[in-house]
Amino acid sequence: MDIKDIIKPENKVYSKSPVLLDNVMHYCPGCSHGTVHKLIAEVIEEMGIQEKTIGISPVGCSVFAYNYVDIDWQQAAHGRAPALATATKRLFPDKYVFTYQGDGDLASIGTAEIMHACNRGENIVVIFINNAIYGMTGGQMAPTTLMGMKTATSPNGRREDIHGKPLKITELIAQLEGTCYVTRQSVQSVASARKTKRAIRKAFENSALKKGTSFVEVVSSCNSGWKLSPVKANEWMVENMFPNYPLGDLKDI
Amino acid sequence: MVKQKINMAEYILMKGNEAIAISAIRNGCDGYFGYPITPQSEVMETLMAEEPWDSTGMVVLQAESETSSINMLYGGASCGKRVMTSSSSPGISLMAEGLSYLAGAELPCLVVNVVRGGPGLGTIQPGQGDYFQACKGGGHGDYKMIVLAPNSAQEMYDFVDLGFELAFKYRNPALILSDGVIGQMMEKVELRPMKPRWTEEEIIKMSPWATTGKTPDRKQNVLTSLALDAAVHEALNHRLIEKYKQMEEEDVRFENYLCEDADHMIVAYGSMARVCENTVDLARKEGIKLGLLRPITLFPYPTKEIQRLVPQLKTIMSVELSAGQMVEDIRLAVNGKIPVNFYGRLGGIVPSPEEVLEAFKKEINK
Repeated sequence: MDIKDIIKPENKVYSKSPVLLDNVMHYCPGCSHGTVHKLIAEVIEEMGIQEKTIGISPVGCSVFAYNYVDIDWQQAAHGRAPALATATKRLFPDKYVFTYQGDGDLASIGTAEIMHACNRGENIVVIFINNAIYGMTGGQMAPTTLMGMKTATSPNGRREDIHGKPLKITELIAQLEGTCYVTRQSVQSVASARKTKRAIRKAFENSALKKGTSFVEVVSSCNSGWKLSPVKANEWMVENMFPNYPLGDLKDI
Repeated sequence: MVKQKINMAEYILMKGNEAIAISAIRNGCDGYFGYPITPQSEVMETLMAEEPWDSTGMVVLQAESETSSINMLYGGASCGKRVMTSSSSPGISLMAEGLSYLAGAELPCLVVNVVRGGPGLGTIQPGQGDYFQACKGGGHGDYKMIVLAPNSAQEMYDFVDLGFELAFKYRNPALILSDGVIGQMMEKVELRPMKPRWTEEEIIKMSPWATTGKTPDRKQNVLTSLALDAAVHEALNHRLIEKYKQMEEEDVRFENYLCEDADHMIVAYGSMARVCENTVDLARKEGIKLGLLRPITLFPYPTKEIQRLVPQLKTIMSVELSAGQMVEDIRLAVNGKIPVNFYGRLGGIVPSPEEVLEAFKKEINK
């Protein structure tokens, strides 16, 4: 049988979301960013909100999120995405506005911005990628780096007496009265990716209902930064990250 | 005739800071994002008391820091909206990062700096020590802001509209460089006719680059200052340089007071220019042909006007509430042709017209 006989519309089982651009992603093989981008694009497509969605990209590996998801984007300074999103949503109350931020961006340099945006209950969506490391700058320690974990700036492992313990930022966010939905998900398997997609959709729907801030953490892998193969990185994440960052809803009202 | 004219307009006695707030509401400003700091807190206080969200729909928000305010401007400006903030010196330092990003992403916005004395926490008294920060960068990288220097409460009012006009003309941040005297001083202000806020349709037409939501008829709009490709980034730098050159060609503003027959000239801006106008009058009474050049735009600077006047002048003196900042731009313009002197007071002390005249005489009699 010739391959041309197989490539037919009736045999098609999967197609790329039209909200995803054709650019080849710069992410390392095995990185979680690509999967999360795809899920966001699918949610935007399925909700039919491409013309009404504005994304705020961070500083870090996902600074280039705008090269992959075909919507209007603003690229923020490191940590400041929630401030941009606040003004954008208040000036365009009928649009869908989301930030996409890593752990260095959201839980370190941008702690003030995320706390206050969530506390004000801005009707925005926050997608928080937690891979416990600074990826783009070459694998330095993040606020969410686990105890004992080796990074470029903790070469002998994170120590409590020097660096303090990992910051459980999502637990803090869940305490803020402005948030309506705070959840922690992952994308290392088909099942977990599907759950994350449902969480992202719910977050966007909350935004339209003006219920407050929706916060979706995705516990992610950075196999390059962790110096593991993609498969080993996922295994390491399940064994080490999940006990520290347990999956599930922290708040849903 | 005069009376009729007064009746046609609305005059109100108000502080310079209040004039900024009232002008923002009346000139179609979409959003103000600020953080309290002396001596400019009346701007946000007035806006919050006026509750413009009920009248024009303007958004007013007290941010968690100046860092956040300026980044809220980045978000609002990206939407093609007329957004502004105000602060005073230490707060503007915190905004420096954001201003660099706004200039790099070519976003229009209006920032008001009601300058106090520095460095550090300094003093809450007036100063002009932020000239370098405003005109030479402040943040990182090669960028410029349009810098307007009001010398009255009326100009505080008028420069809000002018600042937005220039910011959108060039897609660039505009800064009103005021000081504690102009911000706190109460004067008669004429309220100009109201201008409506732009509708979303008008924004899409006027600012097709804005993040208004990607429609099928156009490509996505991305507002970023990032370009990792060296050639692409150099092209961005050159585009910015061309823009700054155009500002220098088209938008230099200044006021020339009794300079046409002058032998000597004072250059001063903002509150110091008000004082020096009286110095000129005192000197003229004594038979000294002194004139005053008041730069209204500090960038672009009235370099050509100074150069036009140099052949007739014996000396120039820069008078500033600083340790000597604008004087460097005068010396660049003069290029060693005549002596350029300097007189400045610091710590929030504003010299009297007589004190400036004495300092001027001391220099020319050296």
